[in-house]
Amino acid sequence: MSASPILSAFRQALTEAWAGGAGALMPLGFFAGAAVLVPLGIGTDPDTLRAVGPGILWVALALASLVTLERIFQADVEDGALDLWLQTGAPASMIAAAKAFAHWLTAGLPLAILSPIFALMFQAKADTSLLTHMGLYALGGLAFFFWGGVGAALSATVRRGGLLISLIALPLYVPTAIFGALAMSGGPGSTGAPLFLAASTLFALAVAPFAMGAALRLAAD
Amino acid sequence: MFSWFANPHRFLTLSSWLAPICYALGALLIAWSLWQGLWIVPKDEYQGGDIMRVMFLHVPAAWLAMASYMGMAVMSFIWFIWRHEVADIAAKAIAPLGATWTALCLATGSIWGKPTWGTWWQWDDARMMSVLFMFFLFLGYMALRAAMDTRQKAARAGAILAMVGAINVPLIKFSVDLFTSLHQDASVITVDGPKMAAVYLWPLLASGLGHSLLFAGLVMTLMRAEIWQRRAAQIRARLMAGD
Amino acid sequence: MSTRALLSATDLGMIRGERILFRNVSLAAHAGEAIVLRGANGAGKTTLLRILAGLTRPETGNVNRAASHHWIAHREGLKPHETPRTHLGLWARAWGAPTDQIDDVLNKMALIRPSDVSARHLSAGQRRRTALARLLLQERPVWLLDEPLTALDADGRELLLGMIFEHRMQGGTIIAAIHGDAGFDSTCEVTI
Repeated sequence: MSASPILSAFRQALTEAWAGGAGALMPLGFFAGAAVLVPLGIGTDPDTLRAVGPGILWVALALASLVTLERIFQADVEDGALDLWLQTGAPASMIAAAKAFAHWLTAGLPLAILSPIFALMFQAKADTSLLTHMGLYALGGLAFFFWGGVGAALSATVRRGGLLISLIALPLYVPTAIFGALAMSGGPGSTGAPLFLAASTLFALAVAPFAMGAALRLAAD
Repeated sequence: MFSWFANPHRFLTLSSWLAPICYALGALLIAWSLWQGLWIVPKDEYQGGDIMRVMFLHVPAAWLAMASYMGMAVMSFIWFIWRHEVADIAAKAIAPLGATWTALCLATGSIWGKPTWGTWWQWDDARMMSVLFMFFLFLGYMALRAAMDTRQKAARAGAILAMVGAINVPLIKFSVDLFTSLHQDASVITVDGPKMAAVYLWPLLASGLGHSLLFAGLVMTLMRAEIWQRRAAQIRARLMAGD
Repeated sequence: MSTRALLSATDLGMIRGERILFRNVSLAAHAGEAIVLRGANGAGKTTLLRILAGLTRPETGNVNRAASHHWIAHREGLKPHETPRTHLGLWARAWGAPTDQIDDVLNKMALIRPSDVSARHLSAGQRRRTALARLLLQERPVWLLDEPLTALDADGRELLLGMIFEHRMQGGTIIAAIHGDAGFDSTCEVTI
């Protein structure tokens, strides 16, 4: 089994992300919009913002992932490209994982990298913890994209399946969101939480591809 | 052993007498537990007074929420490996019932929560959150199956989702427990530990068993309906094809 | 001649929902042969081809694939932003085929002029020829074609028929679902 189909799937997903007009800017805009609207909604008290900031950013990251994921598999089903990917001889799970990873790179990782800016808008203290948080958002975003990918793959044949994807993905996102928010809270439990976050992301990386692969083979059936 | 149960005809025969027994026993147990719980057992002022009697509905509903989801996942797994149609029918039947008992658990939990909370409530807090996510898992399962074109695809999609959900349930529970335990100070109380007075324990167990039996009976009834529906669809298709 | 069949299927049966699409379908394609599938729309020709390709699981029966195959379906697998050149580049690399032949292939398929035009601006015939160009990227003994002549003008038809002829001459085999006149001699016809 050669790796070239998997690498090609990865590279093509990268080009895909930028090619669709706005490309990866859409989740970024979504993220920014959510981050800006919240203080307008809950008031601008700095202590409140500082307390809820990390949680809000986790929610925005989760929602932004769902926005990108809706497109990744359904397009392949509709234009017949999925048929071609499934016949390359590479396992469907690896093709799916390559695509999910590529979309995390183009939509999830940039959000993590820009998180310090939003954190500062939420009155976070400007110290090195912002860099650690960046890493935590990156790790957590990876889990979001992989679990969300399961929802997207299962809904690939459903017209306007966005709501279904969210319904499927939401429970799967919960552990990551909880560990991520705990890790940033600085309160009790925040020292162990990053490890739990890493562990649950590894769990997602190990399990989700097989579910995505099975779902894609079902979509092509 | 599984293959013995896999025959739809045998299931119809079995459930024709088993389901009524489950209904009868279940109704008896629930009635007894409600009578005990609502009138007989003393109210516990510390736990919120009379309102804590709703525990006799809330706790069994929570047990069933978890247990029925795992049951649905096990049925999905059996179907996935052995392709016994009855297993898929069972999974499909459990989903709406599981969702109902989950909703019941959430509703009774909110009713209980309205007045002042005592130490019992932390346990319920983590449990409530886990149950809430069970609710979404059930809804997602039903929505996904309904969105598929054919019943074979619905079975496959449902099986994938149920198994992925089941694998995640321990992790979800763990994360929720971690979260809630850090937000409350007192220790978590387990309902069926030695701490609970016997006067509460027996009606609670009876309620749990009663609800489980009622649930099982309803699952069987829904499965029977599904089997008949599929047979009717097959006959209709054969007539249309002019066989 | 007792050459091994490049692709054979025994006793295939397929159900969609409650409807039996077909049953007891068996076929075998040997080197140089062409099997044409005929049938009304929705009869199951596409489903049968998808079963042969391994995309769809049959209800009964099995498929024996002794050789690799090319798949050309009704949906071409083109993304709106892909050009003929990038499309062929993608699949050549995915299949481990040399990329230096792409210009040659584009030439043969009369796609040199629109080679850098995005698919959303290509004509239906150009899109079809782009998909068919994949056949030339890598030598595979079996060609599974679903309505390959769709959208092709007279020149396109000639082009494809030439490719099919050459493929059969070199020992390849074709299984195709075709409406109307195939334009080539088929070894046998299967009606669904």
